[in-house]
Amino acid sequence: MKYIDEFRDGVVARRLADQLAKEAIAGRRYRLMEFCGGHTHALWRYGIVELLPREIEMIHGPGCPVCVLPIGRLEQAIQLARRPEVTLCTFGDMMRVPARDRKNLLVAKAEGADIRMVYGSSDALRFAIEHPDREVVFFAIGFETTTPATAVVVQQAARQGVRNFSVFCNHVLTPSAIEAILGSPDAREGRIQVDGFVGPGHVSTIIGSAPYERFAREHRKPVVVSGFEPLDLMQSILMLVRQLNEGRHEVENEFTRAVVREGNAIAIALVEDVFQLRPTFEWRGLGTLPASALCLRPKYAAWDAEKKWEIPYEPVPDHKACACGEILRGLKRPTDCKIFGTACTPESPVGSCMVSPEGSCAAYYAYGRLLRNQGGSKRKMEA
Amino acid sequence: MCLAFPAKVVALHGDGTATVSIGGLRKGVSLALVDGVVLGDYVVVHTGFALSKLDAAEAEKTLVLLRSAGTSTVPEP
Repeated sequence: MKYIDEFRDGVVARRLADQLAKEAIAGRRYRLMEFCGGHTHALWRYGIVELLPREIEMIHGPGCPVCVLPIGRLEQAIQLARRPEVTLCTFGDMMRVPARDRKNLLVAKAEGADIRMVYGSSDALRFAIEHPDREVVFFAIGFETTTPATAVVVQQAARQGVRNFSVFCNHVLTPSAIEAILGSPDAREGRIQVDGFVGPGHVSTIIGSAPYERFAREHRKPVVVSGFEPLDLMQSILMLVRQLNEGRHEVENEFTRAVVREGNAIAIALVEDVFQLRPTFEWRGLGTLPASALCLRPKYAAWDAEKKWEIPYEPVPDHKACACGEILRGLKRPTDCKIFGTACTPESPVGSCMVSPEGSCAAYYAYGRLLRNQGGSKRKMEA
Repeated sequence: MCLAFPAKVVALHGDGTATVSIGGLRKGVSLALVDGVVLGDYVVVHTGFALSKLDAAEAEKTLVLLRSAGTSTVPEP
């Protein structure tokens, strides 16, 4: 398939691996954070971690929207879904994320709440139009990649006067999360060291590569925006190694076939019209961060589920044994978690990082756990 | 959630939507976020929306760069 197969060529991948081995300076450590959970999965799925020289360590970032949503917000969604008049439309990824007392949306559905899985925001709006007797709430989550799709349906609902549709907005911002990691006490006190970032490709189709220029400049960290195919990632890692070797800290774009510096102007304008910054928002793992998430503007209050209903927010701590928070901050690896692969599995997850198809625990479980048992990549798993 | 895939536009419907094909699998997508999509274009699709058009010339440049790895500094033809 075009734009896929040619970026998965194994011969080229091995040549890139040889090049990386040549250029990575022996004894130097390159600690690179891939922000996006899609990248984490690609690294494992295609065996890229096995191809990297030992000098390069990949640290998995918090770019998994299902993972970073705190239990308190999920509890609010469950509260909404339990209202008799409400149909909650949600992405399938959210259904099995554990809430309080290990309940989840699936359990709430089994208990009688009207919860439907949708592929996207348009499906939720269509459902509302087809069911005027139901109050249809779209459980909107996601980084900048997903936000414009929510903006489109809010505008459509307003234009067409669809009054039985609303959005429970949980959209979050990538630059805020990167800032939170770079400015955290963990980073200041040296518990986590990141030398450079593999920048999220799909987020950047919307926001462009310009928003990372500030991090590169102020924190002196190189950023390379990367595509999602294995050769994209190998090349992006090589570009980061070269920047670090040459003492540069710039924003480079490997994913030029889809990303431009300025991003998608249409999408940015739509988001600007529909959303505004929340003063603060709680993230799983990263804590409560200022100006890090969006809510609907007052002119769209009629389509804002948080305005339509009183749904008080109450923070809920993660399960005591679950290391999701530290994993999302890059402090721990999934295999450092005491319950990884035993009490917590994709079939019976305790934390969100094991549920989401972008979560690091799910990636390690699907692709990495066997390697560890064979001892093959012990070094990397425990690096 | 940020998962997206490249797909070929195989039909334009004139109402801001299109049909795309990914390896023969067809799917309806909204074109609300992109301008000037024509038949045969490739777009990045996420949750039923085209996020951006894929630039064939840029893709080719990247491939030339990738294939030049480990060889001389002159990219292969």
